[in-house]
Amino acid sequence: METVVKRLGVWALVLIASVAAIALTPDAGFAVHMGIVALVAGLLIVATATSYDPLARAQSIFKMPPGPSRYDDDVIRWGVIATMFWGLAGLLAGVFIAAQLAFPQLNFEPYLNFGRVRPLHTSAVIFAFGGNALLATSFYVVQRTCRTTLAFPGMARFVFWGYQLFIVLAATGYLLGISQGKEYAEPEWYVDLWLTVVWLCYLAVFVGTLLRRHEPHIYVANWFYLAFIVTIAMLHVVNNLAMPVSLLGGKSYSAFAGVQDALTQWWYGHNAVGFFLTAGFLAMMYYFVPKQAGRPVYSYRLSIIHFWSLIFLYIWAGPHHLHYTALPDWAQTLGMVFSVMLWMPSWGGMINGLMTLNGAWDKVRTDPIIRMMVLALAFYGMSTFEGPMLSIKAVNSLSHYTDWTIGHVHSGALGWNGMITFACVYYLVPRLWQKERLYSLRMINWHFWLATLGIVFYASSMWVAGITQGLMWREYGSDGYLVNSFVDTVAALHPMYILRAVGGLMYLSGAIIMAYNIGMTIAGKSRVEAPMGDTAHDEAADRPLPLPAAAQPAE
Amino acid sequence: MSKNAPHSDVFEGHKKLEKNVTLLAAATLLVVAIGGIVEIAPLFWIDNTIEKVEGMRPYTPLEQAGRDIYIREGCYTCHSQMIRPFRDEVERYGHYSLAAESMYDHPFQWGSKRTGPDLARVGGKYSDDWHVQHLKAPRSVVPESIMPNYSFLAEAELRVADPAANITALRRVGVPYSDTDIAQASADLMAQANPDADAGDLAARYPKAQVRDFDGDPARVTEMDALVAYLQMLGTLVDVNSAAAQEVLTQEKGQ
Repeated sequence: METVVKRLGVWALVLIASVAAIALTPDAGFAVHMGIVALVAGLLIVATATSYDPLARAQSIFKMPPGPSRYDDDVIRWGVIATMFWGLAGLLAGVFIAAQLAFPQLNFEPYLNFGRVRPLHTSAVIFAFGGNALLATSFYVVQRTCRTTLAFPGMARFVFWGYQLFIVLAATGYLLGISQGKEYAEPEWYVDLWLTVVWLCYLAVFVGTLLRRHEPHIYVANWFYLAFIVTIAMLHVVNNLAMPVSLLGGKSYSAFAGVQDALTQWWYGHNAVGFFLTAGFLAMMYYFVPKQAGRPVYSYRLSIIHFWSLIFLYIWAGPHHLHYTALPDWAQTLGMVFSVMLWMPSWGGMINGLMTLNGAWDKVRTDPIIRMMVLALAFYGMSTFEGPMLSIKAVNSLSHYTDWTIGHVHSGALGWNGMITFACVYYLVPRLWQKERLYSLRMINWHFWLATLGIVFYASSMWVAGITQGLMWREYGSDGYLVNSFVDTVAALHPMYILRAVGGLMYLSGAIIMAYNIGMTIAGKSRVEAPMGDTAHDEAADRPLPLPAAAQPAE
Repeated sequence: MSKNAPHSDVFEGHKKLEKNVTLLAAATLLVVAIGGIVEIAPLFWIDNTIEKVEGMRPYTPLEQAGRDIYIREGCYTCHSQMIRPFRDEVERYGHYSLAAESMYDHPFQWGSKRTGPDLARVGGKYSDDWHVQHLKAPRSVVPESIMPNYSFLAEAELRVADPAANITALRRVGVPYSDTDIAQASADLMAQANPDADAGDLAARYPKAQVRDFDGDPARVTEMDALVAYLQMLGTLVDVNSAAAQEVLTQEKGQ
């Protein structure tokens, strides 16, 4: 009872503080955000006071088996559902802004203009979809590989729900016009502070669980998760250092200016790719690929070299986002050289993943989840080759500021991050909900081909768009004047923008099929279908080859 | 997992890290910290990133309010403010951008994508009327444009909760606003967009500040006023072709 009273007190304080903030702030967007916080606090008060357990109610809606059993999987099940939900939301936002670039009439001012929805798309897919996938899989993997349950189970739940609050505040903030104007770090100071608290708790739960392990060694996947959590904490805190205008308003100004701010931002921005979208997802690869293939990781030594060289080299690559800007040349060159070197550990990791399939390559034909993982690794390889190439200054002088960069990012994000996440979710759902199998394997096949074709449309249209744009900008006529006005280049890209939107739509359709498949699996249904990899057997044709006319003696 | 290869000390030693979370985390943090320290830290004291160029001054409260709107609307997602030293860019947009020109930009807005043209030196290229019409309905001026409409800016009264607080926050992160600038912030904000108001010594404290009604509606100060005031001053502060500026540039290394 005492704890209930204490909790009520804390939530009431939060409620009062946020209502006071609403009353006092002159900033409408900030007031809406405090309203969201007040709503959450209010719901928690009602939930605590009436001992009505909304979580249990919701868990029964999603048919979650009661936990914890051997492992603490509740929070992971929520993470899987959140991954699916935010994935659909982020992809939908992406298709919407892609359509806006082809048909500008789709901008609905002020809230749904491109400039406000684009950060919503990037944050939704990176931090909401990718972030939830990382949260869920890291909690799953760390328990299995350490043969223990989560340390601080209450804190683990706080991490999950606190992270969802961060996402809601960030996403609504962009539409309301709350942004600090740094790419991939748009949330304002108070949301950043909240994320810092959540993130440190995440670190505590993860490290705490590692400390409870019943295995002498820490498994390689956990090194990557640990590096991801530690480095993101460092990047997030430094890049978001800012001076709030008022404690009762959303606005703040970055602690750094100009060149210093630019390099800090791209040190952050590039390593959000390097540690959020690479190290964290490599951790997923190091656990789920061997599991699904039923084979051990190809090389233990390669994984050691892979790990240390990847995390050391990645950090240096940021300046390649600032080639030929006012950043000093030496920093640009350092960024370029390290980016090119980064090709090696990246491919080392890809090889370690692909070679794990040694002896199980037949599964690419019969197991659509393995096929997805192989495709993810193939795209990882392609985009980590394209990246170093684009970081070469001569190439970058053409590609920078164009859609080539957008295409590059998406071959990595859709191909690598998306596909490996889908594969992991397909792997996890039957296990987490204690089902014999997924609702349908053939639907995974549909998902696979829609997504693959979607990426092909996306990447190739953006290559053409980017190179067209770059070449048109620098085209000189025989009279020595620039040939194209800027808007000529915009008009030239129109067909490519339509093709890109089509590619995005295909990718989204694949994800919708997946959501249906996952939903039906959770509901406990299984589709009657012919097994994958079945080939028709023709008894009549199945006979030995005719003997050769005359057998030759061996020499 | 090969046991055939000769045992090497490096891989044996690694087992220590694999068995100790603290060591592993500390080693990781150390390894990921190096690159950032080597690349970023020098920028705070080496010459060509902290040098001053004649003409640079902090933004006026109205320009800063316009800049805040530019950030709020995510203009940086489609427009860069960083001209690279290439013949075509210099011809299209003007002299390449200098580090000093963004020294008071908290945060920087160099951008990463040109769905629309670079804006680093857009100031003075078009009339106020053109900007207002273009922001309200871009396709009425440039038929092929894919920019969203921003007509609501002309309707929205410019509301800055506390202009002095904005300027004070900027001063705390290093922008050299004077006490007078802070005391006068509210008055400066309104006076710069209103030809009938007494701008006082605004033009003396902020050289080259353009004082006029920007949005074609002298009765009100709108968000359109602020944004156009910001766009019209971009790249106008430093006279890059002056003898003094050229002399600074010739001494610069690594540009």
